Amino acid sequence: MSSRTPQTNTSRRRFLTETARTVCGVSLLGLSIGFYSNNARSLPATSLRPPGALDEKDFLAACIRCGLCVRDCPYDMLKLADIVDQAATGTPFFEARKAPCEMCEDIPCIAACPTNALNKSLTNIDNARMGLAVLIDQETCLNFQGLRCDVCHRVCPLINEAITLEPQHNTRSGKHALFIPIVHSDKCTGCGKCERACVLEEAAIKVLPISLAKGELGEHYRWGWKEKEKAGESLVTPDVTHQYNLPEGLKYDHAGEGLKKE
Amino acid sequence: MQTVTKQNDSNRSWLQTHKWLVIRRISQISIFTLFLLGPLANIWVIKGNLSSSLIFDVIPLTDPYIIIQSLFAGQSLTNTAIIGALIISLFYILVGGRVYCSWVCPINIATDSASWLRKRFNIKSNSLFPRNTRYWLLAITFLIAFITGTLAWELINPVTLVQRGIIYGLWTSAFILLAVFLFDLLISRDAWCGHICPVGAFYSLFGRLGLIRVSAFQRDNCDDCMDCFVVCPEEHVIKPALRGANNNLGPLILEINCTNCGRCIDVCDKEVFKFTHRFNSKIISNNSDNQGSSQ
Repeated sequence: MSSRTPQTNTSRRRFLTETARTVCGVSLLGLSIGFYSNNARSLPATSLRPPGALDEKDFLAACIRCGLCVRDCPYDMLKLADIVDQAATGTPFFEARKAPCEMCEDIPCIAACPTNALNKSLTNIDNARMGLAVLIDQETCLNFQGLRCDVCHRVCPLINEAITLEPQHNTRSGKHALFIPIVHSDKCTGCGKCERACVLEEAAIKVLPISLAKGELGEHYRWGWKEKEKAGESLVTPDVTHQYNLPEGLKYDHAGEGLKKE
Repeated sequence: MQTVTKQNDSNRSWLQTHKWLVIRRISQISIFTLFLLGPLANIWVIKGNLSSSLIFDVIPLTDPYIIIQSLFAGQSLTNTAIIGALIISLFYILVGGRVYCSWVCPINIATDSASWLRKRFNIKSNSLFPRNTRYWLLAITFLIAFITGTLAWELINPVTLVQRGIIYGLWTSAFILLAVFLFDLLISRDAWCGHICPVGAFYSLFGRLGLIRVSAFQRDNCDDCMDCFVVCPEEHVIKPALRGANNNLGPLILEINCTNCGRCIDVCDKEVFKFTHRFNSKIISNNSDNQGSSQ
């Protein structure tokens, strides 16, 4: 055992208390930032990321908040989040209803990104998935009432691919058609032009994050008719041609005549 | 530390006693003017902010600190980011790590003002943080990046918030500057830049190699007026260089937290200090009124 003078004892004790104090304080700060960062991860549904953005969690690790994408956007529709915005501080986002993505063919925002936050492997803007348009309110959508608004369909950069108009019978008038806008998730880029253009006071069609907008089948689930097509025959019970057990000399006409003699 | 110290019997002009301060302010303000020229006047010399930028749309610059946080958060680096971070790292190895703090960072203007007002109005309230708090915090910022898998520290980092706020017109973020100023002014002396800031702590690591250094080359002239200790935001860095003659220390200030701000050069009537490079440890002794010994 080495001899300890009272002096080294005191200074050691002081060193230890001071270090403990600092470590405790700094750790508490770290803990609260950690919790806060967890909240900051929940991007509001109306805030969309630029084309090619990684999943939100990876995006928040890769985006260094330099704003070069914002600077290189020729339409100035990207914004950096201020500390009061709900999107994580300093990260780029846009709001479709205010200013949608104009889908530049050369995607300058991705070219500007110095990190992987905006994925460079996205080279065709038509493959971007910034979100997914959803006709969210059928009660106010003019086309659902039988009017020919069609604005969302007509402004869509992928008209007749990402949004199609499907005719249906108009039961209200009995003699007209409804032209129902249908969004196709395999084509929609989430640019937001439809939401921007919707003529209503509050848009009936909105671009939502894909995680909110899409359902997902259970992995075990199979569509019977698709499996049948793939296999060439039904996989469950063998197909039997339907038989009518009618009295002899009678047959059933499906075209509308009903029962009739052969 | 009670009052602003005398600009005593010296007959140096204001400009002579504030030379480096003026050059430093010009440096800080012009860097921000260059960033603002783009959005305000459509002259794109430099684009982006201090996290990452492009000069003339060609040369990438990237903050190595934020890139390392990103690595801890599990992301891989792009070539652009690596080249940008290398350029910045080499630059600060050349000029001295914490030159970032005193010549570039806009927070410094606010904390310098707080420090100046403290002396001016004799504000004594001071809750003490140990100087090494910043290194603990630096470690914590890497740790939370690793644990949360995001750049968690950047959500609240006043240094990047304020820079980004000014350059991109995000005024709430820029307002954080006021919080740092008031903290330094009323709660703790030189707290942010001198004790807490992990960005400064990170850049200080480049200071181990920093080529440009302050030297107390005429320390024999020192009349122990203490002006340099009062004016220095990291006063602990001066002592070994100025008073180290008997321990074979100095005259170069090699402590990594010297920010090369040049205040000691400005304040000293005896012209003890000057900027030089790391390998010049020459001492000039011109026995005017001293009794010290040179070596």
